Amino acid sequence: MNGKKTSGQKLLGFLGANSVPIMFIIIIAFCIPVVGFSPTFLLNEIVTRLSRNAFLILSLLIPIMAGMGLNFGMTLGAMAAEIALIFVTDWQIWGIPGMVLAMILSVPLSALLGLLCGKILNAAKGREMITSYIISFFMNGMYQLVVLYMMGSIIPILHNNIKLPRGYGVRSSVDLTHIRKCLDNLLAVNVAGVRIPLLTILIIAAMCLVIVWFRRTKLGQDMRAVGQDMEVARAAGIDVERTRLISIVISTVLAGIGMVIYLQNMGDMATYSSHSQIGMFCIAALLVGGASVDKASIGNVFLGVILFHTMFILAPSAGAKITGNEVIGEYFRVFVSYGVITIALVMYETKKRREKAGIGQQLAAAQKEGDK
Amino acid sequence: MSNQAPLLELKNIKKDFFGNQVLEDINLTLREGEVLGLVGENGAGKSTLMKILFGMNEIRETGGYGGDILLCGEKVSFATPFEALEHGIGMVHQEFSLIPGFTATENILLNREPQKKSVLSEVFGERLNTLDRHEMDERAENAIEKMGVHIDGNMVISDMPVGHKQFTEIARELSKEQLRLLILDEPTAVLTEQEAEALLDSIRGMSARGIAVIFITHRLQEILNVCDKVVVMRDGCIVKDVPAKETSIPEITRWMVGRSVNTTQEDARPIPETKTILSIERLWVDMPGETVRDVNLEVREGEILGIGGLAGQGKLGIPNGIMGLYDAGGKVTFEGKEIPLNSPRKCLDANLAFVSEDRRGVGLLLDESLEWNISFPAMQIQGKYLKPLLGGLVHWRDEAAIREVTQQYIDELQIKCTSSRQRAKELSGGNQQKVCLAKAFALTPKFLFVSEPTRGIDVGAKALVLKALKKFNRENGVTIVMISSELEELRQICDRIAIVSGGRIAGIRPATDSSEDFGALMVSQVV
Repeated sequence: MNGKKTSGQKLLGFLGANSVPIMFIIIIAFCIPVVGFSPTFLLNEIVTRLSRNAFLILSLLIPIMAGMGLNFGMTLGAMAAEIALIFVTDWQIWGIPGMVLAMILSVPLSALLGLLCGKILNAAKGREMITSYIISFFMNGMYQLVVLYMMGSIIPILHNNIKLPRGYGVRSSVDLTHIRKCLDNLLAVNVAGVRIPLLTILIIAAMCLVIVWFRRTKLGQDMRAVGQDMEVARAAGIDVERTRLISIVISTVLAGIGMVIYLQNMGDMATYSSHSQIGMFCIAALLVGGASVDKASIGNVFLGVILFHTMFILAPSAGAKITGNEVIGEYFRVFVSYGVITIALVMYETKKRREKAGIGQQLAAAQKEGDK
Repeated sequence: MSNQAPLLELKNIKKDFFGNQVLEDINLTLREGEVLGLVGENGAGKSTLMKILFGMNEIRETGGYGGDILLCGEKVSFATPFEALEHGIGMVHQEFSLIPGFTATENILLNREPQKKSVLSEVFGERLNTLDRHEMDERAENAIEKMGVHIDGNMVISDMPVGHKQFTEIARELSKEQLRLLILDEPTAVLTEQEAEALLDSIRGMSARGIAVIFITHRLQEILNVCDKVVVMRDGCIVKDVPAKETSIPEITRWMVGRSVNTTQEDARPIPETKTILSIERLWVDMPGETVRDVNLEVREGEILGIGGLAGQGKLGIPNGIMGLYDAGGKVTFEGKEIPLNSPRKCLDANLAFVSEDRRGVGLLLDESLEWNISFPAMQIQGKYLKPLLGGLVHWRDEAAIREVTQQYIDELQIKCTSSRQRAKELSGGNQQKVCLAKAFALTPKFLFVSEPTRGIDVGAKALVLKALKKFNRENGVTIVMISSELEELRQICDRIAIVSGGRIAGIRPATDSSEDFGALMVSQVV
């Protein structure tokens, strides 16, 4: 009897802990027959989006490990990548060399931005998420200043086709045709009609291995310690501030590289808006994969990308089929991603509160036991 | 080799916190492998002494200390706990200092993990060395073995029973090769009897290996069982330093609580034999560090009941639980009606009031004026000092009435302030406490909980606060329950005193009983 009860409780616990991914699986299972996409089309789309987004989302894992929550500041890395890509496009360095150069250029820029962000977050301990979110807005303004006013006037831009007609500032869209899918197409294989960008996937796999390895390093161990209890870590002689700073810098740098991969797949860059939603969607995808504010794994990343983006693929068509209006589907997927983030934040707090209430229950139980 | 020099020698250690002398002329010697039991009431200065020894920041920030610490005959002064660690001093604190999601092994070797170099760490620096898990397990296992109590190195801390957490902390200290002196600050407080027994065995084991131990505990039997000598502290002085064999529990208790001048109440009255006004049944409270397990208590109408006991035994949990500030369960009846728990408003509505021990956090609106502080609860709960406007549609603050009542309490309690509009945070601790009392008095409650009313305030203010409480009780017939760690203070104004020990009421006695009797109750069920 007791055993059954606990396995029942276990099941409930499992369902409770994974309610977000389960909810998504149910919605997707409902949408697929409604929309009626062919499996090949669907798989193709999923693989494309997986290779496009996975690296970006992986960049979120390290700050979570260091207890700094969801790094909305990854947008900073994305901005650095965009600036790097503008230069590379201007210098007309095409294909893989251009992409690699963009990655290399983005690293110092995003490291600098990450350093700034990390310093600020160290001053705002316990409120990292809201602070990094606001920093990303602030830096967006700085980005616009640089790209819209300084490029072409102070910072030399050679070619007119990326400048605004007025002579300075970058056009609202930068054409990346010559870089488009250069990474994805190298070493791409076809399996049963599904095109798999093998090289991109290998890079993502390598990144996963690096993260696994990183967890086993001294720095990784320190980050986990700092993430769980800053005071204890400090008492053990770990430099808490520095460790947190490093985690944000790594995350921002990885986000920059991820953004280059993302944009080479898109083949087109919306200069002033590409980065603005990227943090939100990456975080939503990670949360959909079952991660929480204080715990996320590589598995969460992949499950999240697949579920969240399948939803993206299905939602407009499902919306069109059910209501006759495609915009409804589009609208649905946007509000769902905000909803998921809200749910995750609320669940994180309730979990903490429930753990606290547990002690009281234990006390009451101990009293009852004392009666016997 | 300087075999003659003792391992540790303290000479004339003095410490004051801003003029408030907390340690005076402490002299102490400790030899290799010796186990010293340090006992004393809360506030006797044990913790401060250990903080000095361990080089805690707190000491330096408050102006350092006087006197010398000699380690193996050499004068030392630690600027940080890390320096103390380097010199072979380890300390296990009362609060756990463990990472909850780590295994015992990871915690034991926290920030001292054995590492393996790799190509990447050559490039990016030492922090990218990988951890040598195998070596870690081995070293942790060694430390656990040294301790002599078995714990599972692979168990995650948050899944462990409390006792094992404590053992993990001890193993962490033992894993340090250079360890020569280990300070254990109430290590058995959280242990079951068997675990405590195992710990005592491991202390004996450490002593046999030449590690000296300073053992702080309230469980006197343990001291007698394991220590070579007993040092009793009281009011910042060492009052006794004797071999453990030559003493007994009653004797130690007497040294601990006994005052040179035994204060008694001049105007003691017979204990009121009135009806019960508040009855507490089977109360539990989850207040961190002050857990209440099973409290049954009846308070008589019109009396002043004291609740005493050692820190951490749960005396503070009782009022905080009843007033709804911490999660609680059980049954509380006031004037025949049951009061719902976990709901501060219901308690206040029933005309109960509470002066919290957390003056600055719970007690005061620090950035507001005295007027606001004193009148706010009465305004909020009882609608006092409000004028109806527009036929009662809107209530307006009656500033004149507020000022009048504030002035009245300023005079009555001799609150030192520039005006009734001064901000609360600008007052001294003692005056802040008086404001807290005034605030509670303004509610004109039938029943008042006062928690640690004299903590951290000077002698003059103390006397005033106690006098005001007594007057409030005698003149208005208000029943008062006062919680305090200072037994003598309780004996001065209370009719009866209940002693809390181990989250339960260990006994209730008339305040006129001797200090020794209360002292024995305090340590009776210590957990």
